[in-house]
Amino acid sequence: MKTIIDIANLKKDYHVGEVTVHALRGVDLKINEGEFVAIMGASGSGKSTMLNIIGCLDRPTDGTYLLDNVNVAGMSKNERAAIRNLKIGFVFQSYNLLSRTSALENVELPLMYNRSVSSRERREKAIAALEAVGLADRMNHMPNQLSGGQQQRVAIARSLVNDPVVILADEATGNLDTRTSYEIMSLFQELNNKGKTIVFVTHEPDIAKCMTRSVVFRDGSIIREEDVKNRLNAAEVLRTLPVEQD
Amino acid sequence: MNPGNLLKIAIKALKRNKMRSFLTMLGIIIGVASVITMLAIGQGSKKSIQDQIAGMGSNMLFVMPGNMRMGGVQQGSSSSQRLTVADVKAIKTECDAIVAVSPEVRSSGQAVSGNSNWPTTIYGGNEQYLEIRSWDVVSGRNITDTEAESSAKVCLVGRTVADELFGEGIDPTGETIRFQSIPFKIIGVLSKKGQNSFGQDQDDVIIAPYTTVQKRILAQTHIQSIQMSARSAEESELAQSQVEEVLRRTHKLRENEDNDFEVRSQEELATTMTSVTEILTILLGAIAGISLLVGGIGIMNIMYVSVTERTREIGLRMSVGGRSIDILLQFLIESILLSVFGGLIGIVIGFGASAIVEALTSWPISVMWSSVILAFAVCTVIGIFFGWYPARRAADLDPIDALRFE
Ligand SMILES: Nc1ncnc2c1ncn2[C@@H]1O[C@H](COP(=O)(O)OP(=O)(O)OP(=O)(O)O)[C@@H](O)[C@H]1O
Ligand SMILES: [Mg+2]
Repeated sequence: MKTIIDIANLKKDYHVGEVTVHALRGVDLKINEGEFVAIMGASGSGKSTMLNIIGCLDRPTDGTYLLDNVNVAGMSKNERAAIRNLKIGFVFQSYNLLSRTSALENVELPLMYNRSVSSRERREKAIAALEAVGLADRMNHMPNQLSGGQQQRVAIARSLVNDPVVILADEATGNLDTRTSYEIMSLFQELNNKGKTIVFVTHEPDIAKCMTRSVVFRDGSIIREEDVKNRLNAAEVLRTLPVEQD
Repeated sequence: MNPGNLLKIAIKALKRNKMRSFLTMLGIIIGVASVITMLAIGQGSKKSIQDQIAGMGSNMLFVMPGNMRMGGVQQGSSSSQRLTVADVKAIKTECDAIVAVSPEVRSSGQAVSGNSNWPTTIYGGNEQYLEIRSWDVVSGRNITDTEAESSAKVCLVGRTVADELFGEGIDPTGETIRFQSIPFKIIGVLSKKGQNSFGQDQDDVIIAPYTTVQKRILAQTHIQSIQMSARSAEESELAQSQVEEVLRRTHKLRENEDNDFEVRSQEELATTMTSVTEILTILLGAIAGISLLVGGIGIMNIMYVSVTERTREIGLRMSVGGRSIDILLQFLIESILLSVFGGLIGIVIGFGASAIVEALTSWPISVMWSSVILAFAVCTVIGIFFGWYPARRAADLDPIDALRFE
């Protein structure tokens, strides 16, 4: 099985005035192709820091990091931008869609920064990504014309459009109600079943149960790592949830 | 990102805040419009002065008593009486670069006809006076040298004098007017010259034989100035030195003595006059340029606001692969658009304002293409210069900080 993420002895320090915060204290983590990994842990334990480094948004203070067999730990700002553009898909808690910009154009955004993709190709790929999240009929809607769940679907389509090696989600269901959360998880499971590698930061154990493996952080270190037993099928959970009526 | 897409993003961002974009451009609009108008006015007034001076006469030279170059030194009363009819005769016979020469005397006073009267100036000259001053007679005839010799009480009137004393458009040839109680028979009317660039009415004149003005009005033997025409513009300098030589001799000036007269040419006058307007043009242009600078600072200010407002957007763009240069260009293009578009509107308004000034002053105002191109270039430079720091700030943002920005 191919290793997508290979991290060894990764450290991240923040210096705030006189104080040094050790956000990560020597983390080892390997993630294989096709895995759906939950990153859990208390607030401030270093989950987002870890995810940002995996996503090449941030650089580690120390340690090695191979992404898709490429050493990205020492890369410059521009090199990291290119890596993000080609190999990473981000899904944020607060969707981060461009306002007054249609769903389709939002999804096209990552490909706009890739000069080798023609505008026709870009449109086709964006439409395909929107179809994959079930929003093909809403592609001309603006973000403010979409519900939170739909906006997050658009964001997922955006993270898919460049066919990344890994999708990184930081509390992607954090702003959604239970039902919508499972709808989104069902979508992620679908993508994972098709072979996408996903790393998903969450606080909720029930949501983590939808994934294949969980990694638990405490105070900048991994304290537990285990395969998920009795994995939940989000689509089935949805069927058992009562449809809210009022 | 390719330039086309960058342009689209910039246009979209500016359209989103239409009022703000317009107000930001206003500084540039006002700056460019005033620079263009000021330069056009400067150019127009310069041209108008040149035209006026050209219209004063043909290859004209004139001699005035005294020495202006001596500045503050008090001139004896005698020095203003040094020019005589004998000087005119000497110039006429000895200076071969001079083709026409006339004495000039003048006096202000009331012209009266019946019960109308009008304050005006009477000029005295000889037969060649009109030719030297580029004046035509539209009805009647010129003064003759015989009349000049006999101090005949005849005169030519300018259009304004004719209009004021006899009524609009009436030909008064053959009538008699009184100037300071002396009756003059009108033998002709002068062609219309209009106002000069100082707003003086050039048609508010009476022209009579110089002898008549000398004896009957001024009771003096000297003359106030000598008016001449050189054979050609090229020979104007030669003529000037010939006249100087002759007058030094007739005035019996010794080797080490300064001239007690001054010979000036039309060209010289044109240069002095236009140099004044040139300085004014530069001054006005510079003041207008400052408003352009203020406009640029306005753009910088709004671009900083825009960068701050869109920090999260910048973070997102970076997270999906936008490089620093992409972000830099995005904001730089926005500020260049603001200033160049403002500049275009300013150019249009500048044209309009110049046309209005032209209509009001009747100066030959024309917007110079060089100033349009200059304005355009300056706007682009302003857009880049004042947009650079805000854009740089956007490009230098850390993606995580930008994404977290509240
Ligand atoms: N830019 C920063 N400057 C200083 N300290 C930081 C910075 N970012 C994170 N930290 C610190 O690093 C530690 C880990 O933060 P991180 O955001 O990774 O936590 P987290 O596990 O994602 O928490 P949460 O569940 O609340 O999102 C915290 O102690 C935090 O205060
Ligand atoms: Mg976090």
